[in-house]
Amino acid sequence: MAFYVVQFLTGLASAASLFLVASGLSIIFGVTRIVNFAHGAFYMIGAYIAFTLTERFSGAFGFWGGVVVAALAVALIGVLVEMVLLRRIYHAPELFQLLGTFGLTLMVEDLVVLIWGPDDLVGRRAPGFKGAVDFFGQNIPSYDLFLIALGPVVLGILWLLFQRTRWGVLVRAATQDRDMVAALGVNQKWLFTSVFAVGVFLAALGGALQIPRDAVHHAMDLRIIVEVFVVVVIGGLGSIVGAFVAAVLVSELNAFGILIFPKISIILVFLVMAVVLIVRPWGLFGKPEAAARKTPGLTVNPWRPLTSNERLASLAALVIAATLPLFVGNYALTVGSEIAIFVIFAVSLHFLMSVGGLASFGHAAYFGLGAYGVAFLAKMAGLPMIVCLLLGPLLGCMGAAIFGFFAVQLSGVYFAMLTLAFAQIVWSIAFQWVSVTGGDNGILGVWPASWAASPSHFYWLALGVAALVTIALRIAVFSPFGYALRATRDSVLRSEAVGINAKRIQWTAFVIAGTTAGIGGALFAYLKGSVFPDNLGISLSVDALVMVLLGGVETVSGGVIGAIVYKALNIWLVSQTDLSKLVLGGFIVLIVVVFPKGIVGMLEMLAQRRRKSSPPGSSLLAKPIESAE
Amino acid sequence: MSVAPPLLAVEGLTKSYGGIHAVRGVSFSLRAGEILALIGPNGAGKSTCFDMLNGQNRPDTGQVRLLGEETTGKKPRDIWRMGVGRTFQITATFATMTVRENVQVALISHGRQLFNLFGSAPNFDRGEAGRLLELVGMGGYADRPCGELAYGDLKRLELAVALANQPKLLLMDEPTAGMAPRERVDLMRLTAQIAREKSIGVLFTEHDMDVVFEHADRIIVLNRGTLIAEGSPAEVRGNPQVQAVYLGEGLVYDARHREGASS
Repeated sequence: MAFYVVQFLTGLASAASLFLVASGLSIIFGVTRIVNFAHGAFYMIGAYIAFTLTERFSGAFGFWGGVVVAALAVALIGVLVEMVLLRRIYHAPELFQLLGTFGLTLMVEDLVVLIWGPDDLVGRRAPGFKGAVDFFGQNIPSYDLFLIALGPVVLGILWLLFQRTRWGVLVRAATQDRDMVAALGVNQKWLFTSVFAVGVFLAALGGALQIPRDAVHHAMDLRIIVEVFVVVVIGGLGSIVGAFVAAVLVSELNAFGILIFPKISIILVFLVMAVVLIVRPWGLFGKPEAAARKTPGLTVNPWRPLTSNERLASLAALVIAATLPLFVGNYALTVGSEIAIFVIFAVSLHFLMSVGGLASFGHAAYFGLGAYGVAFLAKMAGLPMIVCLLLGPLLGCMGAAIFGFFAVQLSGVYFAMLTLAFAQIVWSIAFQWVSVTGGDNGILGVWPASWAASPSHFYWLALGVAALVTIALRIAVFSPFGYALRATRDSVLRSEAVGINAKRIQWTAFVIAGTTAGIGGALFAYLKGSVFPDNLGISLSVDALVMVLLGGVETVSGGVIGAIVYKALNIWLVSQTDLSKLVLGGFIVLIVVVFPKGIVGMLEMLAQRRRKSSPPGSSLLAKPIESAE
Repeated sequence: MSVAPPLLAVEGLTKSYGGIHAVRGVSFSLRAGEILALIGPNGAGKSTCFDMLNGQNRPDTGQVRLLGEETTGKKPRDIWRMGVGRTFQITATFATMTVRENVQVALISHGRQLFNLFGSAPNFDRGEAGRLLELVGMGGYADRPCGELAYGDLKRLELAVALANQPKLLLMDEPTAGMAPRERVDLMRLTAQIAREKSIGVLFTEHDMDVVFEHADRIIVLNRGTLIAEGSPAEVRGNPQVQAVYLGEGLVYDARHREGASS
């Protein structure tokens, strides 16, 4: 019994830090509508700076002072980031903000290694809380008791801040309707900056307070950010009480899950999140999101099919790509195959995101399911490669059919979070169901048949499939189904009023995108000769998002360009520099700030400007209408 | 005594929110080709009534029948399939698509080609889309992005979209709200003309009494959820209860205002 009580208390102690970070994220999202991916990075910097300060200054004052100063210093960094970066992208599409903060996260990951080194750093114990309290023969670290008390105290302070101060009233008002707050004469710039500073302060404090419990390391940002997303979604975006309750819930699920269901402990949290999202899509304590005012002027360029010249140009590009094996060596061809596979992956997500307006944060699940499908068929059933390639993606299709059915019941950020949860569930199964999937060791020896074994043959195969998939999806964009899908993206209300079953259309799109991703995954398994849980992990899902956003989410062909540029850059950077994340992150941030419409969007804008410099038509109606290619 | 059922028959429609009776026992009917206005002061229950007709909202009790077939509890998309076109108080269109594409989506849905993955949508029923746009005077705007249109043009586009499934009934929630006076008259004239030509029944709510009295064949008046008057424009204009509802409000406001001033 005492053991369970101690386990419970340990869970509560973990909840404190999680709550601090989650409440910060929630506050920032509530006001600025930015899903701050860099929140985990601020948490990590908080921990690193606190480590340095507490090592340098001894005594109780040195420790506690160090923790607070670290949080304040990071808040200052947050202010700089907000003023230099975020202020430029508040009006960019929602997902671009996510991309920008993701770029920041990449940079920070390399920067902390540069400054503090790659090794885990073990901080010192908190003065006054070094011992343990005996509880019926079980030890509880007294620092845990301190953290347990801290959670409710911070909750109380935040409550007072939001209910009793003028600033708090403004923040709550802005959470409900920021346009109205601006119209009432509140300086929105500084309100946003201050909110961001408070949110970042909380994240950094959460990180700094972790140093007596956990080693500081350079991957702690991604781990916390996923957990924090889960907490915020379960509790309800924008609700601080919700963040508290959900932080406790998640921490306890982690603490007891490992005892009761050791096999599926990781799934448990995501399962709860999925159930919450399905039953109460706006979270336990959140309110249904009011329809956001549409930012005007985002996508006014209508889409059109390629002209015959553009078709010829695309064909020429394909032919040139096909002659590559005549000029380059095997390594370059393997890289080329990988890029082609990622083109398949990116266009599948692009179809869902651009045409359907559904931003999946867990698209790698279907890519990975395709890869595992191939591995099962090849290793267990011993089927030939061509059969595996045809049937393997069906696993991705099935996964997309099941998860997609639930996911399309939601929209916006909640859709994104539910897809993330589903992807994590699939990842956990692959990771923990060792007897079938091999767990972390993966499944090895998935080699292509002899006809596709040579790098050049495999490259042609990958290139051919990529071309076919891209063409097929383009046809789908301009098919009646594609129009219906765009219609549901633009206005569900109007779609339903012209007889369209919006959810069924979106579900179909989800299945198409999932199956296509599965095709990419199937090829990927053969390219690498193995499958691992990483093939359906979060970082791969994020890669897909980055590729789509980089290419341009409002364009038809952004996925292809984004995949080629991102993947080529990524592979090249890794081979050239140890600081590939720093450079890549910087590049992403630059793209976001300078070309918020993505690469293809930027090219279109240039083309438009060129056309505009020619004499304009006389009447308004004769004005040339720009189209997205 | 008529043999054929009326186009639209509403019987005893009732809806409450908590203790508030938004709509209480409203009954009326509408014939093909008839233009019926539903009017009443703010909060009279017009919108609630409307939402129950088009499937956005489910009545507590009561029935809605379209050509004798029950539509109560059906989804908006199913009611559309029965031949009901509608326009919204605040226009709902596909903002990133062109004007023609907006109409084509409705035509694709009408032709039951929604899950056709391989056809060419840009060429889908182009002629019919063009005809519908000409009909509402939007022929020259077919290639314009819908997000660029002026509000009055959006309203006309909505009308074209609503006509795409050759409806028997048009439901128009405040069709002229937010439009300039000149545009209002034009749009309602156009609607009336199309309705008479194609023998479409039109039910619309409206605040602008000039529009109502000029174009409606018949008017029904709601106040606090109940139907208080029904008849031709002349009859309704002369109805003392309607006058009390519309003019009485001013007196109530005046009295309160004075009370406030004296206290």
